[in-house]
Amino acid sequence: MARYSTNEFKSGLKLMIDGDPCAIIENEFVKPGKGQAFCRVKLRNLKNGRVMERTYKSGESMEAADVVDLDLQYLYADGEECHFMDTNSYEQYAASEAAVGDTRKWIKEEDMCIVTLWNGAPLAVAAPNFVELEVTDTDPGLRGDTASGATKPATVETGAVIRVPLFVEIGERLKIDTRTGEYVSRVKD
Amino acid sequence: MSEGLKLEWRPGAPVETLQARARILSRIRGFFSERGMLEVETPLLCGTTTSELHIESFSIQDRNSGAGGFLQTSPESCMKRLLAAGSGPIYQICKAFRVGEVGRLHNPEFSMLEWYRPDLGYQGLMDEVGDLLYLILKLRSQRRISYGEAFRRYAGIDPFRISLASLCRMAHENGLSGGKEADREQCLGFLLSLQVQPALGAGLTFIYDFPASQAAMARMRPGVPAVAERFEAYVDGVELANGYGELTDPLEQEARLCADLERRAAIGIAPVPMDKKLLAALRAGLPPCAGVALGLDRLIMLATGSASLASVLSFSSTQA
Repeated sequence: MARYSTNEFKSGLKLMIDGDPCAIIENEFVKPGKGQAFCRVKLRNLKNGRVMERTYKSGESMEAADVVDLDLQYLYADGEECHFMDTNSYEQYAASEAAVGDTRKWIKEEDMCIVTLWNGAPLAVAAPNFVELEVTDTDPGLRGDTASGATKPATVETGAVIRVPLFVEIGERLKIDTRTGEYVSRVKD
Repeated sequence: MSEGLKLEWRPGAPVETLQARARILSRIRGFFSERGMLEVETPLLCGTTTSELHIESFSIQDRNSGAGGFLQTSPESCMKRLLAAGSGPIYQICKAFRVGEVGRLHNPEFSMLEWYRPDLGYQGLMDEVGDLLYLILKLRSQRRISYGEAFRRYAGIDPFRISLASLCRMAHENGLSGGKEADREQCLGFLLSLQVQPALGAGLTFIYDFPASQAAMARMRPGVPAVAERFEAYVDGVELANGYGELTDPLEQEARLCADLERRAAIGIAPVPMDKKLLAALRAGLPPCAGVALGLDRLIMLATGSASLASVLSFSSTQA
């Protein structure tokens, strides 16, 4: 596998750190007066999402992580795994429950997701930032109440439960921000 | 759209910052002129350059004639030759060049203010640095803390006595990759930059009396431990200036240059020629003096409240 020297470090670069694939979030060049230069790096562990800081001596090199992000279509879940397909090559990928994580509650069949592959296998799955989902269950709507700011729980077609304004009714489609899990607006057809 | 329209051609610094820059330069010249100091210019292109282990010089060569030399990383050598020739107190505002130093606080080509005082010791020179920073930054107070005390207070160790094993363990625990196998200088440099420096807080702090291994061109003061008469000035945690009670002994200077050249060879970095003209000047007699180099771009960054060197330079290295 290729190696990257500290002078090639930049945000987004994927490296193997202690056996785990990590992505550089921030990279700072540090040099004490007459002393050796360092690169102070903030990294996200792509397996568990944890952020850590490391400092490398200038000129040191680290093994590159074989990590790529692909836009893949979600096909179906078979209990243990979620299956995705590259719509250009028709190649299919099976992602474990751990890799899909919370993303599962936002995606439905045919949605396009960003799947991070590590050594060819799905490591993480990110839902689109915004999804549109239909409300399958919620208390009856309070017509006209668009200003009070009060909310109620609603279940959407993927099974996720979110807080929605009181006027939302069963059968309506909602735009949801998957990064925060929050209701954005109703979607008018 | 043609390529010309898409290329980023605009300067990195706003016009107001360039105006502030010009005002600061003019006030610095006024400051030294009032104190009777001579402004000098020395060559940026010389046949020799620093032998410092962690400072790399650009080496340039004409493709036809082969003529060339090194772009200077600081005007120190030439200014000392002027002092030895009887110049009296001198200052210089010039460009300096260092390979590979790119970041928020670094640009491979930068502006330096360097001055020498045959009539001052290094503590007296710290007073003068404080006066200049008061003029430019309106910093009313300053602190002075020795290198040993700074490490004791902010890193909890005695940098002169701690064992290499403990030092490595500490560097490793604080996130230095390969910290377990690092050498003493790497560990101390790491802890200074990432633990001591950020803890210094706001305002002007001088750290002085460095370990012998970091003496560079400072003279040693005997004692237990012997320390180098070297200081660094930090403002709001940013390293701004580095000064010495200058080494004037030609034999000691030659021994240090030789040791540098040997270490460069041992770790396989490009050799540089011995600075024989500097040694000849020292043999002729460099008057006892103190000297300091100050990063002008960093000073202007602090004075204008800018976030990086790139925002006070007309064009940083990535735009030049």
